[in-house]
Amino acid sequence: MKEFGGQAFFIDRKDINTDEIIPAKYLTENSKKALKPHLLEDLHIKNNGFDPHDKELQEAKVLISRTNFGCGSSREHAVWALEVNDINLVIAESFARIFRQNMFNCGIMAVELKAADIDKLFSLQGKVIITVDLDLEVIKATEEGGDQKSITCGFSLNPFDLQLVKTGGWLAYADQNY
Amino acid sequence: MGQTIAEKIFAAHLLDTPTPNNMVLDIDVVMCHEITTPIAIMDLMEKGMDRVFDPNKIKAVIDHVTPPKDSKTATQAKIMRDWSRRHNIKDFFDIGRNGVCHALFPEKGFIRPGYTVIMGDSHTCTHGAFGAFAAGIGTTDLEVGILKGVCAFRAPRTMKIEVTGDLQRGVFAKDIILKIIKELTVNGATDHIIEFRGSVVEQMDMSSRMTLCNMSVEAGATSGICLPDKVTAEYLWPFIQNDYDSVEAAVSEFEKWHSDPDAAYEKSIIVDVTDLKPQATYAFKPDHVKNIDELAGTRIDQIYIGSCTNGRIEDLRAAASILKGRTINEHVRAILTPATPLIYSQALDEGLIKIFMDSGFCVLNPTCGACLGMSCGVLAEGEVCASTTNRNFNGRMGKGGMVHLMSPLSAAAAAITGEITDPRQFLE
Repeated sequence: MKEFGGQAFFIDRKDINTDEIIPAKYLTENSKKALKPHLLEDLHIKNNGFDPHDKELQEAKVLISRTNFGCGSSREHAVWALEVNDINLVIAESFARIFRQNMFNCGIMAVELKAADIDKLFSLQGKVIITVDLDLEVIKATEEGGDQKSITCGFSLNPFDLQLVKTGGWLAYADQNY
Repeated sequence: MGQTIAEKIFAAHLLDTPTPNNMVLDIDVVMCHEITTPIAIMDLMEKGMDRVFDPNKIKAVIDHVTPPKDSKTATQAKIMRDWSRRHNIKDFFDIGRNGVCHALFPEKGFIRPGYTVIMGDSHTCTHGAFGAFAAGIGTTDLEVGILKGVCAFRAPRTMKIEVTGDLQRGVFAKDIILKIIKELTVNGATDHIIEFRGSVVEQMDMSSRMTLCNMSVEAGATSGICLPDKVTAEYLWPFIQNDYDSVEAAVSEFEKWHSDPDAAYEKSIIVDVTDLKPQATYAFKPDHVKNIDELAGTRIDQIYIGSCTNGRIEDLRAAASILKGRTINEHVRAILTPATPLIYSQALDEGLIKIFMDSGFCVLNPTCGACLGMSCGVLAEGEVCASTTNRNFNGRMGKGGMVHLMSPLSAAAAAITGEITDPRQFLE
């Protein structure tokens, strides 16, 4: 099983679609690695100078966003674009179904938190480090600098999705079981 | 307690329940196209798992970028072609016979009431129009589908949308679904199957039902579904005539899938369409929808008529009805992509292609093309397209471009005037 957690990158917008995560013009690639430079290339955030080449995004292991993350196209390329950039966890208020399933199918995690908890995470300052306790189903977010404030939030994974993560994804699970 | 149609289909295909909320289903049709399948094939080959569960249950097509625009897309097509030959997949549709998957496969009679259908494409929900459970999936799900013929879903939760009233002239299934998405919002139906019911749906032809179901994913739904009836049986008749004595016999067999009167719905909504005007999207989300007259006057650079949402013969007829004898505005360019070779051929026979060409349209071969900005009609920065497709996401049809989704009739009206226009002024 993969390790989950690490430095967080915050994206303060709802309904981020998979065209924004990886534009269709890159769907002609036949290797996951080729997607690496194009993560979130078409992300559109009003009045927020979002830059897909932001150093903090490149260092991030965790994305934190709002509702309906990963909506639109079924392209698993969106998940692979995260994977090849070493992002192992997306935390959001909710996910689109296909994206969420693609994450667990690849053995990485899409964790839903309550809106109030997402708000609290967004209130943290500076660099934020996320740790995950899968047994207790708890996420801890800690400011790296400043007064090192930390927030702990409970989550609930679908037991089947957890099983997929532990097995290393749906292909491995299905091959063992069917 | 009775069951919904989705619950009946799930129960009839249930292979495993790893948890009470997770169901692994046997899949009747695994559909494949050249964007999400080649990478699955390559991965299976690398893992020494280059097998298919049943070549007769796999349907493959090259549709997204066809003919190929460059070496990369040519390679994707080649991987599909070689794989289909290697595994004796007879229903593989290459150049000359290929069309947009969600228009082509229904036309071939591949989808039947009660079936389970998956594809690495979010608009797979289109096939719910036949009373099937059809869902878009990612590439890993597709790999497992190809290899094992199974797919996992959460237990179905159904939302019933009853469409009632009298649809006015110039208003279509596209306008209805845009209105519904506006009401539900882009995640209002997440993890739900939308069951489209009501007198308006019962009166719709299969083409309109496909348009409805096609865009249910834009409200986040796992799928849309309609109850299979006489309209379904008549559409499928050429493919099922050896299985049933009569259309009536097929209809009565299909009724076993119908939701029971006491089935439980998580949510029920009634949408009265009597006063519905033509609709169009604005901005970058499909739930940003207005009455088209509120957007009237918005200048347009490109018109696109085609796609799995609205590239069928009925759509072409609607657009041609007002293009006949008119020319498109001098500052726009207009593109028509009939969704399949059969539709193209019908449009030729009916004289529609000539109407489009005489009015100034460029007529392309069947392909997904411009809908997702991969080829054949990509927008430049700052350009605006009136489109019959399904997504107006930022950058969807080309970086910096803007897409307004609307019906084929409304798109034809925009072609004539060069701006967003209520199409009803052109109706005689």
